[in-house]
Amino acid sequence: MNQVSVGNGTETRWPVEGITRVPYRAFFDPTVYEQEQEQIFRGRAWNYVGLEAEVPNLCDFRTTFVGDTPVVVTRDRDGALHAFVNRCAHRGAIVCREPRGNRKSHQCVYHQWTYNPQGDLIGVPFRGGIEGKGGYPADFHPSQHSLRKLRVEAYQGLIFASFADDIEPLETYLGPEMRHWLDRIFNRPIQLLGYARQYIHANWKLYAENVRDPYHASLLHLFHTTFGIYRSSMGGGVIMDEARRHDMLRAYKRTEPQETAAYKGKGMRTYQEQYSLADPSLLTSRKEFDVELTNHIQTIFPCLVVQQIQNTLATRHILPKKPDEFELLFTFFGYADDDEEMRAIRIKQANLVGPAGYISMEDGHATELVQQAIVRDQKAGSFIEFGGRETDDQENLLTESGIRGFWKYYRETMHV
Amino acid sequence: MVTAETRATVEDLFHTYVHCIDDDDLEAWPSLFASQCLYKIVPRENADQNLPIAIMYCDSQGMLQDRVTAHRKANLYGAHFYRHLVSSIQVLGEENGVIQARANYVVFRTLADAVHYGTTEVYSAGAYHDKIVMENGVAKFREKLVIADTCKISSLLVTPL
Repeated sequence: MNQVSVGNGTETRWPVEGITRVPYRAFFDPTVYEQEQEQIFRGRAWNYVGLEAEVPNLCDFRTTFVGDTPVVVTRDRDGALHAFVNRCAHRGAIVCREPRGNRKSHQCVYHQWTYNPQGDLIGVPFRGGIEGKGGYPADFHPSQHSLRKLRVEAYQGLIFASFADDIEPLETYLGPEMRHWLDRIFNRPIQLLGYARQYIHANWKLYAENVRDPYHASLLHLFHTTFGIYRSSMGGGVIMDEARRHDMLRAYKRTEPQETAAYKGKGMRTYQEQYSLADPSLLTSRKEFDVELTNHIQTIFPCLVVQQIQNTLATRHILPKKPDEFELLFTFFGYADDDEEMRAIRIKQANLVGPAGYISMEDGHATELVQQAIVRDQKAGSFIEFGGRETDDQENLLTESGIRGFWKYYRETMHV
Repeated sequence: MVTAETRATVEDLFHTYVHCIDDDDLEAWPSLFASQCLYKIVPRENADQNLPIAIMYCDSQGMLQDRVTAHRKANLYGAHFYRHLVSSIQVLGEENGVIQARANYVVFRTLADAVHYGTTEVYSAGAYHDKIVMENGVAKFREKLVIADTCKISSLLVTPL
């Protein structure tokens, strides 16, 4: 491989092979991480910041992050959504110190500057001083000291925020294909079921690759194959938006003879049938979609994954923390009209995903295995040619096309 | 009135439970539960908001056994050891043969993989909220509810708390 360097202060050169190679330096260089914060997360991107169901009432708020910038998402007295940087316009302290709650105003504890749910400054103690002493100069205007506001738009109950004032509308950003698949999941009111958080000691982009990677599914995750539940030759495919930044990975069951014939006799460690579940109630599923999929893994650049695995529904929020660390926040939900049995199915099947998920715990582990191994050889890089060298949509799961799509858009955005 | 004998029974069960996991005798782990049982690890964040999702949820002996089989045969993770410290065991009462007890726990995780060998971290802190019954003269967990203050799991969770 040719010499490569990405990041500030050095010559910016990507391997000549293009999107089929990623220099390992991209996963640990602090200057790359800094650039991403400005050019991706605080750039022209719609960042997922939560669900409307998490701020259902007037004046509800929840704190989160855009990239690693702390932000607050609020619903105002008229029901409109807002987002602002969680940093007082006075001297920079965190304003909302609780993870979530309901407040008609937000007061910084340091000097009690007070803001409304829109992020406008509405109260400044001793503004006029006391007995003619102190206070702010005559040209002090509270309207010039709002919290740093972000643009906010919601699609089907998913809330997104952007630092870019000139960004395209959210619906355009998502594109028709992605909206179509989001509509499949978000087709009626949802009900929050709970959270799970995982702190992964790896670069966030290793996870962005992982969720666009159908190649690893039956090879890394041995739960289904160990218990003889499915084979690797499931049907499925990969669909991307025009910019190739978002990705929709779907898998469905083929009929049993097709599967077995395609996979048996390949001598792979993933084909073993000696175990069976002592309690198969874990996999008791109910049909609930017109288009039946066992896996719907949809990524919206840069930080959202929407998943349906059997009857589990969740968003996964990728929160970069350091060049070699990110948090993964799973928000589980069902539908408001779920009956008790359906709710019980979703709660039981949550065993499949999350930090202790039978078929997801390995994802974080795999990204950590990469992070641990690449510490020195920044000129070396990964090899991403499975299923070709293009970024085209695929009607099979034997491809790294979606990963190449991610890097195509990443390079355009980062100018590398 | 909780008898000294009941207290000793509860404490013995907690100690047996801890050594079962910490000594990697997971195959015996399901046998510490009653024939009808419930084991849940719930992030405190969910418990505090009355949200039902658990990160590990077993409502039968079979589901406990499946966790052990997957631990041994299916799931991939870095080698590690646990050290449980269980304290402030409190027997809250006994009604209709069901003893209610709670305790605090801390789990230290020592990594034993090639890269981190020998590194110890505070992995999880929280509390047990348990219901204990006697089956054939032996104390078993009818219900073991782990409320994990540590909502943010470092890397992954494969070994029960």
